[in-house]
Amino acid sequence: MGELKLMKGNEAIAEAAIRAGVDAYFGYPITPQSEVIEYFMAEKPHERTGMVVLQAESEVAAINMVYGAAASGKKAMTSSSSPGISLKMEGISYMAGAELPGVILNVVRGGPGLGTIQPSQADYFQATKGGGHGDYRLIVLAPSSVQEMADFVKLAFDLSFKYRNPVMILSDGVIGQMMEKVELSAPVPRRTEEELIRECPWATTGKPAGRERNIITSLNLDPAKQEQHNIHLQEKYRQIEASEVRFEKFHCDDAEYLIMAYGSSARISQKSVQIARAKGIKAGLLRPITLFPFPKDEVNKLAGQVKGILNVEMNAGQMVEDIRLAVAGKIPVEHHGRMGGMIPSPEEIVTALEKKLIGG
Amino acid sequence: MTEEIIIAGFGGQGVLSMGKILAYSGIMQDQEVSWMPSYGPEMRGGTANVTVILSDERISSPILTRYDTAIILNQQSMDKFEPMVKPGGTLIYDGNGITRHPERKDIKIYRIDAADEAARMGLAKIFNMIVLGGYLKVKPLVSLENVIQGLKKSLPARYHHLIPDNEKALHRGMEIIAEAN
Repeated sequence: MGELKLMKGNEAIAEAAIRAGVDAYFGYPITPQSEVIEYFMAEKPHERTGMVVLQAESEVAAINMVYGAAASGKKAMTSSSSPGISLKMEGISYMAGAELPGVILNVVRGGPGLGTIQPSQADYFQATKGGGHGDYRLIVLAPSSVQEMADFVKLAFDLSFKYRNPVMILSDGVIGQMMEKVELSAPVPRRTEEELIRECPWATTGKPAGRERNIITSLNLDPAKQEQHNIHLQEKYRQIEASEVRFEKFHCDDAEYLIMAYGSSARISQKSVQIARAKGIKAGLLRPITLFPFPKDEVNKLAGQVKGILNVEMNAGQMVEDIRLAVAGKIPVEHHGRMGGMIPSPEEIVTALEKKLIGG
Repeated sequence: MTEEIIIAGFGGQGVLSMGKILAYSGIMQDQEVSWMPSYGPEMRGGTANVTVILSDERISSPILTRYDTAIILNQQSMDKFEPMVKPGGTLIYDGNGITRHPERKDIKIYRIDAADEAARMGLAKIFNMIVLGGYLKVKPLVSLENVIQGLKKSLPARYHHLIPDNEKALHRGMEIIAEAN
């Protein structure tokens, strides 16, 4: 068993990054995720593993530092909250175009604009549909506990390097700010230069005699070549959809009604399932862990079993569109959400289930 | 066992750290724990509250609207959280600054005048540990030894010389808490 600690989600992700052998973090503070950079600064990771932690002059600078580090094969990450993530979108699109690995944490707060500093899930569309320009996808992981904030750092980097694609960890103010028991895995050393050159033959590590230059760019002025690149990217996304879907089921075996939620909404909905079951309603919860790739086959399968699906999100209804696509009209799909930094209560979700799906 | 607690008062009363020590004590006792603070504008002066859950099972929602126990340290929090205690639940409050005392008949109410006691002891900073002592008397879900362990874990080493005072405060809280209904 690893070391047990009581930590905030924001602290756990920073500690886990140091332990996972991440090479660099570039960030800029914004509520509700400033504890990430605060924790890094207090821990002096440079003294522990040689990891670079730098407060950039802006969010735009931070994401471009991630681009630069990633181009040379380094494991680099950044974090921000919604308005700051919007600023990073240009850099993220460039990373997707240049096929660069890297991890971006979004601890979502209410929007649009500067919005509030309270928890929200209003950035689902931005994260899963390509928030920057161009036809691209991020792999999107949605942690719903402090433990997953820690565990998903390694998972995110593994996926990111496997597919040479940026990965977003889509969290929210609840998961970032709350403290839970977290089991930390044993530290692993950062990759050596020799390991990096072996594992990332594409990286700009210095051209030896006898190999072609490695060029990292998202610019391709020949449209025919660019289309070939687009086709290659799309094939990669289809492969990700075929291989990397992750989800968790809670009381789904005999469920007649299904709640779908991710992140902190899934934690709240888990209690709603317990309350509903105590009232005699056979409810279950399907929690997507990957938002892209979305668990559409599982949703479609459960649509053959349950009478209806209630989507619960802290937004006006975004994931509900993906659910409806997967269900393809087989059963009713309704949405219950709160916005602007308001958080639904377990009881109001049960009431929504009763009113919108069960009738009564 | 699942105990869902709200601790609410003014910023600076040690509300968040009391919750953190309680959560750490739960970890020492092999329980699942969660600690969810109110954060944001209310932190910058005014009220502060934290939801702490201790459980033998995996914890579902860290955010609640109904509590087994409410520990209430100012009037605003009394107005907000008294109605949110589950029937049969427990309300613990410090009488200092309270103008409207709790009125529910279907819950157990305890009063602990911890602010006055901390002033008498000349140790204003251990106010929250007196309250925590009172809570542990009423709800002995974690042992005093594990609370001391929790204190050691959550306090930086430079404050460890203060642990005896905190321990004294916990004991005093256990002595002075009194039923109020």
